[in-house]
Amino acid sequence: MTNTILRALLSYWWRSPLQLFTFLMGLALATGLWSGVQAINSEARASYDAAAATLGEGQFDQFVPRAGDRILQSVYVDLRRAGWLVSPVLDVTFKGVRFVGIDPLTTPTQMSFSSESGFSLEDTDLIFGNAEVASVLVDFVDVTIDKSIPPGIAIADIGVVQRLFKRDDLSRLMILPEQPIRRPDPVKIAPELVVQPSQQVADVAALTDSFHLNLTAFGFLSFAVGLFIVHSTIGLAFEQRRGMIRTLRSLGVPLSNLLSLIIIEMVLLVLVGAVLGIVMGYTIAALLLPDVAATVEGLYGARVSGTLSLRSEWWLSGIGLAFLGAGMALAVRIWQIIQMPLLSAVQPRAWAIASAKRIRGIAILGMILLGFSGLLALIGTGLGQAFALIGFLLIGSALVLPWLTLKLLDFAPGKGVVTSWFWADTRQQMPGLSLALIALLLAVSANIGVSTMVSSFRVTFVSFLDQRLAPELFVRVEEEKTASALEKYLLERELEVLPLLTVERPVVGQPAKLYGVRVGRTYRESWQFLGADPDVWDQVAKGEAVIVNEQLARRNNLWVRDEVDIAPGLNIPIVAVVGDYGNPQGQVVMGELLFRKLYPNAVATSFGIRATDTANLRKAIQADLEVPDSGIINQASIKSMSLEVFERTFAVTAALNILTLGVAGFAMLMSLLTLAGMRTPQLAPVWALGLTRTRLGVLELARALGLSVIVFICAVPLGLALAWALLNFVNVEAFGWQLPMFFFPADYAFLGGLAILATLIAAAWPAMQMVRKPPAALLKVFSNER
Amino acid sequence: MLLELKDITKSFSGVDGDVEVLRGVSLGLDAGQTLALTGESGSGKSTILHISAGLEVPDGGSLQLEGVEINGLGEAERANLRRSEIGIVFQQFNLIPSLTVEANIGFQASLAGRRDKTFESELVEELGLSGQLKQYPESLSGGQQQRVAIARALAVRPKLLLADEPTGNLDESTASAVLTAMLDLVGRTGAALMVVTHSVALAEKMDRRVRLKGGVLL
Repeated sequence: MTNTILRALLSYWWRSPLQLFTFLMGLALATGLWSGVQAINSEARASYDAAAATLGEGQFDQFVPRAGDRILQSVYVDLRRAGWLVSPVLDVTFKGVRFVGIDPLTTPTQMSFSSESGFSLEDTDLIFGNAEVASVLVDFVDVTIDKSIPPGIAIADIGVVQRLFKRDDLSRLMILPEQPIRRPDPVKIAPELVVQPSQQVADVAALTDSFHLNLTAFGFLSFAVGLFIVHSTIGLAFEQRRGMIRTLRSLGVPLSNLLSLIIIEMVLLVLVGAVLGIVMGYTIAALLLPDVAATVEGLYGARVSGTLSLRSEWWLSGIGLAFLGAGMALAVRIWQIIQMPLLSAVQPRAWAIASAKRIRGIAILGMILLGFSGLLALIGTGLGQAFALIGFLLIGSALVLPWLTLKLLDFAPGKGVVTSWFWADTRQQMPGLSLALIALLLAVSANIGVSTMVSSFRVTFVSFLDQRLAPELFVRVEEEKTASALEKYLLERELEVLPLLTVERPVVGQPAKLYGVRVGRTYRESWQFLGADPDVWDQVAKGEAVIVNEQLARRNNLWVRDEVDIAPGLNIPIVAVVGDYGNPQGQVVMGELLFRKLYPNAVATSFGIRATDTANLRKAIQADLEVPDSGIINQASIKSMSLEVFERTFAVTAALNILTLGVAGFAMLMSLLTLAGMRTPQLAPVWALGLTRTRLGVLELARALGLSVIVFICAVPLGLALAWALLNFVNVEAFGWQLPMFFFPADYAFLGGLAILATLIAAAWPAMQMVRKPPAALLKVFSNER
Repeated sequence: MLLELKDITKSFSGVDGDVEVLRGVSLGLDAGQTLALTGESGSGKSTILHISAGLEVPDGGSLQLEGVEINGLGEAERANLRRSEIGIVFQQFNLIPSLTVEANIGFQASLAGRRDKTFESELVEELGLSGQLKQYPESLSGGQQQRVAIARALAVRPKLLLADEPTGNLDESTASAVLTAMLDLVGRTGAALMVVTHSVALAEKMDRRVRLKGGVLL
């Protein structure tokens, strides 16, 4: 009996390949986008975890230099002799690769690298890194490949790194967790060092959480849009099989057997759809991962492996979510079958009619959710509430849309009999089309919202580059001696020289960069502030106050006139807060004199130069000071490089945007196609009364056009509200900066055009089916023998 | 007696309260006997048929099939009885649209676990469906679909065949052909037949005719 019933159930899909395709594709698209995003996230997190485990950053307390970035080897020896169990580390960055020299015998980190041939770090002079690092360093040094080493890092014995870079000092000393009970105060032995507690080190995983949450939100949005397709398809499949289910039961199939087999059938189909989705997700993730790696490195300085692994956490979550989504839709239908009287009359459109009655109730629920969203906008704080605000906004608007569309259709123009029928027929289609319209609304508004955010960011970023990159030429030298000579050389030519003096040290307990600037015409004229007291630059020049960037201010709830610690025991007021985009770290800007007083060992090796004849100056610097060409870069090149990084940063967002719109277009196509199959009895009488098939086809297209215009009109304010929430809540939490919002009507019009085009393409197929439908098929509607 | 209904009552909820459809109907049917149940629309004919098939449960009275009380059976037991002992032919055919004619004919017999392909071939031959076995129901005429429904009901070799307006959707000549085939096959299998019909011609071909009015037998 089981085989017979299962064969009957599955025969439906065999005879309705389009429905099967819709179902599997809807599920695959939903699962694919979700698991693709999760694959990216889990790959990134694995890289962060590997880096944390390998380098010990964030896990162990460390001794770091009070000023500068070097520790003398003798200081390490003194601490060891005094009983301190510390392990030395030397960090050197070369060709974009971070060389980490460690002492394998004393390190507390989980480092026991060995090559595939059995060599280990403890007994060889090998340098270990992943394949990517090996290829970068191929002309410099031999790297033994070890896949477990985090991306962008080469690890070797500290002696090897010291010899390689001709260094005899150390960068930091890791403090082992187990220490002797009696040990002297480190301040007495090494007053130039300061203990940096583990939690004060930038935790990359925590820092990037917001970025990955953003991606997750996008994945979830796509999943939701995809589930609209699944929900719609399951609903239609059950509605169309209502007769079959009744027949099966009347022929003696017990309800419990029938339900069990329906569940088995769905499990099989969901499994196929989910596996297809996982394959799709893997492909999407593999394509997007390089851009994500670039984004994360650009924003947070974190390295992510460019190679994707098939990790169980993301593909299992994809399959789990597919089952959850399909299960929710299935549960409703199962309940309906249980409630369905055995002898209920066959009503092919009962599903649509019943849905129409629910539209008003659903709209009321939507309005309540919109109310919650408004409330959160007024009182909410934190990333979780920001996402809740966006969730309520999108879901609330989606639930209100069908009701609103019906209300708008009440005002539809036209008095002719055909026009009246057309609008009445459109209203009747609404329940069947509402899920597709909601999917389109979500996709278009997400596109408007995100593109407004990205474009606003771009406008702000370009203006920021103009402020920050005022010097026409930038020169970087390797040697301190060359740096002094260069500065002298430029000053003799009466050029305005802006040395880049910088040190890294914790500020308000977080890693930050401190800058010393030569206050002059350039800074006074170029920089714009988000908040400032009068005479900013005078106070900075005198060393009475500092400027901090927005990230530092917002993360620590600081603003103008608050104080920050810029050196041990020295707090100084903030005179201005400056916008700083594309940089993860906190920054403090102080006058050159104060900086040199606090950090006398710091030397500027990079300079900005104000000059009119940059071409000749460039040649002169190269000829007179033997500065290589690669050390000199002009303003335009830096700007174009920065913009390139910016565009790459948002390539992922743009790709997800397009995919979401594609899914929505697919949802619309599938809804129209499935509805077209049920439309013949409605269209046949109108055809018989004198409307040609061609005209009916054109009217189907006109309906799709009208509805997509309504959806677009609703999507614009929703998208702008989304952009506002993203700029004012999510961005502040995720990136640490708040951006002004700009409007881009031409972009919205283009998006609207795309959405309408997608709908028209989706409507074209069923319209053509109508035009080509043989009269015999229409006549069957009137036949008693049907 | 194969089927015995005693004092069957049944009400349905209506807008103005409960509507009593059957008011103490008693009826018997022997094996191999044919019976036509006639009456006006709403008189309760189809309800008697549905109760006899175990599709509806009466409010009161007794219903026995081969001496076994059906009223006390649970949903699964009634389904089992329907699957193996009763064949039903609906006015709207109720074929499974996604299965071929051949699969539809063998469907109930497969459910009952007693598929007999030789017997099915005989039915197909008898009902003139040989050329349509690989087709799907949508491509058949109404008469052909009804013949498939009859073949499906008989293929399980039921003890009781119930037919609800089996020729209601067919033209006169097709109806006559379908009816002749059905009676011939019922005679050969020894099944009892209860037919609900408005058709006087159809009723006259049955061994017995009973008329229902206002929920009681006349």
